[in-house]
Amino acid sequence: MTLRRDFLKTGGALVIGFHLRGSLLAQQKPAAARGATAGPPDPKQVDTWLAIHADNTATVYIGFAELGQGNSTALLQVAAEELDLDMSQIKTVRLDTNVTPNQGGTYSSASIQRGGPQVRTAAAEARAALLKMASAKLDAPVGLLVVSKGVVSVKGGSKSVTYGQLLGDKLFNLPFTGAAPEKSPSGFKVIGASVPRNDIPDKVSGKYVYMQHVRVPGMLHGRVVRPRGQRAYGAGAKVNAVDEASIRGIPGAHVLRKGDFLGVVADNQWDAIRAAQQLKVTWDTTPSLSGNSALYEQMHAAKTEEQVVTSSGDVEGTLKSAAHVVSLTCHAPYQAHAPFGPNCAIADVKADSALIMCSTQDVYGTRGSLARLLGMPQEKIRVQYYEGSGTYGHSCYDDVAQAATLMSKLAGKPVRVQFMRWDEHGWDNYGPAHVGEVGAAANASGKLIAYEYHGWQHSWSGTETSAQLAGAMPTEFFAGPTQGVQGVNPRTCGGMYKIANQRLVNHKLPAMNYLKGAWLRSPLDLAFAFASEQAIDQLAYELEMDPHEFRQKNIADERWQGVLDAAAKAANWTHRQAASNLSKDKVVTGRGIGLGTHLQSWGGAVAEIEVNKETGRVVAKHLYGAIDAGLTVNPGNVENQIVGQLVQTASRMFHEEVTFDKTGVTSTDWTTYPILRFEECPEITPVVVQRLDEKPSGAGEEVMAAAAAAIANAFFDATGVRMHEFPFTPARVLAALKSS
Amino acid sequence: MASELRIRVNEEMQTVASAPDTPLLYVLTDELQLQGPRFGCGLAQCGSCSVLVNGVETRSCVTPVFAVRGKSVTTLEGLPAWYAAQRRLKQAPALHPVQQAMIDEQAVQCGYCYNGMIIKASELLSKTPEPTDAQIRTAMNGHLCRCGTYPRIILAVQRASKMMAEVRK
Repeated sequence: MTLRRDFLKTGGALVIGFHLRGSLLAQQKPAAARGATAGPPDPKQVDTWLAIHADNTATVYIGFAELGQGNSTALLQVAAEELDLDMSQIKTVRLDTNVTPNQGGTYSSASIQRGGPQVRTAAAEARAALLKMASAKLDAPVGLLVVSKGVVSVKGGSKSVTYGQLLGDKLFNLPFTGAAPEKSPSGFKVIGASVPRNDIPDKVSGKYVYMQHVRVPGMLHGRVVRPRGQRAYGAGAKVNAVDEASIRGIPGAHVLRKGDFLGVVADNQWDAIRAAQQLKVTWDTTPSLSGNSALYEQMHAAKTEEQVVTSSGDVEGTLKSAAHVVSLTCHAPYQAHAPFGPNCAIADVKADSALIMCSTQDVYGTRGSLARLLGMPQEKIRVQYYEGSGTYGHSCYDDVAQAATLMSKLAGKPVRVQFMRWDEHGWDNYGPAHVGEVGAAANASGKLIAYEYHGWQHSWSGTETSAQLAGAMPTEFFAGPTQGVQGVNPRTCGGMYKIANQRLVNHKLPAMNYLKGAWLRSPLDLAFAFASEQAIDQLAYELEMDPHEFRQKNIADERWQGVLDAAAKAANWTHRQAASNLSKDKVVTGRGIGLGTHLQSWGGAVAEIEVNKETGRVVAKHLYGAIDAGLTVNPGNVENQIVGQLVQTASRMFHEEVTFDKTGVTSTDWTTYPILRFEECPEITPVVVQRLDEKPSGAGEEVMAAAAAAIANAFFDATGVRMHEFPFTPARVLAALKSS
Repeated sequence: MASELRIRVNEEMQTVASAPDTPLLYVLTDELQLQGPRFGCGLAQCGSCSVLVNGVETRSCVTPVFAVRGKSVTTLEGLPAWYAAQRRLKQAPALHPVQQAMIDEQAVQCGYCYNGMIIKASELLSKTPEPTDAQIRTAMNGHLCRCGTYPRIILAVQRASKMMAEVRK
C-alpha cells in the first residue's frame, strides 16, 4: 500500500499531520526567524504579538491554548477589532515555546481576562504604527485616516494603501509605547458579536489535527504499563517482577524501564497495546488507601492544620443567639477529568535537545517540568501544543508528555504514547474530595447575620506519575497564596451575601495517603456551593420565605443581583416557600435556585428536577444558568460554554464518583465511572449578562457551583429532604428518603 | 504478510498490511491515515471510533479488520459521498447535512466526540428521516460527550433532518 502523507516543515521538526493545514497553522516566513530559538519572545516588542503579511492578512501570536472553549476565536476578535481587520483576514498559530509568547498558561478561564488586554494593547499599538506609516505614504495626517479591512484611506479622498503594502512580512521593530489609544465600547464592531468559531468547520469535517493524529517519521508506538488504578499518592506502584519473555511473541515489542516506570514500545500501535496487556508484571499490592467507603471518616479524623481564610465580627456568639440557625455537614467525592480521548504525546529526545508535542494547558510550564525530568536546560527543549480532547483542568496531559519523554530517551527514537482509557481514568489527578461544615444564621426579619464554613480537603499533587515512578520525590503542588482553588473559596462560600459576622477556615489535609489531586473545572466550588447554598436555602425555608426573595434581601451587590434575577427570570420563577408543594406521587418534581462562581465573574442558576421516590432516580429536566463575565467578547460562544457547564454539572451531581478500595482506584472506564448521557440530558437555557463597560472575566466554569446548588435545592423542594452527599445515585437517594 | 487482506473504505479498495485480527480502528488511523475514527476507550463504550459498515454504525476499536471483508466501510471523511450515493445526488456536497448543521448550531466544543456523533446521527437520519426528540436521544444514547454539548447536538440533528427534507422536495 502507499502512504499518503503530507510532510510539512515546522521549525526544526519534521511533522507529519495527515492534513496539517487550516487556520491554526499559519505559514511562517523563515526571514522572520520565528521558531529558530527558544522562547519566550520578548513581550515588550510588537513583533512578538503580531505579524502583517503582504496579502493584507495578520497573524496574532497568542499564549493561550484552544481547549475547545473557543478562545482562539474570541482573542482574534479582540485583535481584529483594534486592527480594523475582518475575521477572515486574521489567524493565529499553535502554541510553541519557540514561537508564541508566554501568557502564563490557560488556567482559571482567564484567556480573555488576562490575555484579552495584552492582545488588545498589542493590536492597538500595531494599528498606531501602521497609521503612522500610512500617513507618510499617503501624505495625510493620521487624524484624517480611516481603516476598513486593513485598507487605510484618507477621509474624503481617493488615495489608499493596505497594511500589507505598508509592512508586508517585515518586522515592526517597535517596542510598546503603551500610548496607543484603544477603541471605546461604543465603537465595537467585532467585540460583542457572536462570531462563529474558526475551529468548528475542520472539527466536523475530520480535517482538524488533534494530538492523537500526529505522527513523526521513525517513531515507535508506546504504552505505559501500570496497575489498573492508582494507589495512594506517594505510594507509587512498586514493581516486584517483570517477565520480559511474556511478550516475546509480539514482533518488535520490547520493555522500557526506569525504576518503577514501565513501558512497552513496538513499531505498530496494536502490537504496543497487546504487549502492554500481555506483559506479566507482579506489582506490590500493599494496601495504601482507606477505600472510598471510609474516605470521609479518614478526612474528619485527620489531624489538620487550620488556616483561617477570613474572619470578621463575632461568629460564635451570633450563631448561638440568632433567631434562625442552620448547620449542615456535606460530603463531595473525588471526580475525574476523564477527557473523552485519553491524552497522547510524542517526544523526540536527543542527546542535547528534545521536542515534545502534547496537549498541555501551559507549554512553558510543561517545558520546565520536562527540563527537570531530563536534567536538560529548558532552552534545549521545545514544546508544541496540539489540541487533544477537552481537558477541564489538569488531566494526564503532563503525565503522558513525561511518559513519552522517558520512553524516547530510553529507546533513542521518537516515541508516541497514547494513554489507554484505564490509564487516563485510573491515574488522573482527580478533583479532590471534600468535607464541608457550614453554619449560617438569620435574624427574625430575614437578614443573614452570621456565616461559618469549615472545609477539609487535601492539596494537589506536584509530581507527575511518570516522574514519580521513575524516581522523583512526590511533592505537593504550590499554588501560591491563593486559597480559592485548593481551599475554601470566599466568593462561593457566602461571598454573594452581606453578612457582618463571617469565618472561613481551611483544614488542610496532607496530599499523601490520598489520591492524586489537581484542578478540575471550578475546583471544589461544586462542593462548596452544595453545602453553603443548601444552608442558605434552609434558612429561607425556616423563615417561610421564597428562596429567591431571601437571596435578594441579602445580596452583596448588583452583579450578584444581576445573575440571580437573570436566572430566575429565564425560569419564570414565581414566589413560594420551598417544599411547600410536597406530593405523595411516586415521581415528584422540584425547583431550586443557587448562586456561586469560581474566582471571577458571577453565576446564578435555577434547576427543575424530577425524583422517582421508588427507584431513587433523579433527572434534571431543565437547567437555567446566567453568567456575568463583564465585557463578553463572544456571547454565542459563552452560551455554548454555559450549556456545557450545566450539562457537566448535572453529570457530576448525579453520576460521577471515583471509586477505590484499599489497594487502588477501581473506576477505570465509562462503565465504572458513568457520566450523563443523551437520554437524561436536561433542557438548557443559557443567559449571558452582557456588561460592555466592565472588564472581561472568565466564563468557562463560573456557573457550575450555582447549578450544583440549584440542583440540591430542587431536590429539597421536591422531597422535603436535604441531600448531604453527591452524586445523587439511586442508592444514596433511597437511603436519604428512608432516613428522613 | 501471510495473506493479503483487501477492504473497501470510502468506496476505495485498500490493501491491508496489518494482521487480520487487528482492530479496524488501527488500520484506518495508522495505515490509511484517516482522521475521522479516533481512539476513545478501546472498549466500545464511547463511540469515538465509530464508522459505518454497510450503513450500520460500528465501533471500529473492537471490530477485527477481517470482519469487514466484502463490506463497505464509510468514515467521517467519506460521509458526504455516502450521503450523495444514498440520495442519488449528482454531486456529493462538501459536507453531510449533519456536519453542516453542527456548524450552523455552533454545537462543538472540543469536538473529539463529533466523529461518532456525526456518524451515528447520519445513520439515524438514513433510517428515520424525521426523528422525534425521544428517537434522537435513544439513538444517540450510546455516544458520550464529555464537554456536555448534547443539547446542541439534538438541535443540529433536527436541523439536519429539515435540511434533508428540503433536498428531497
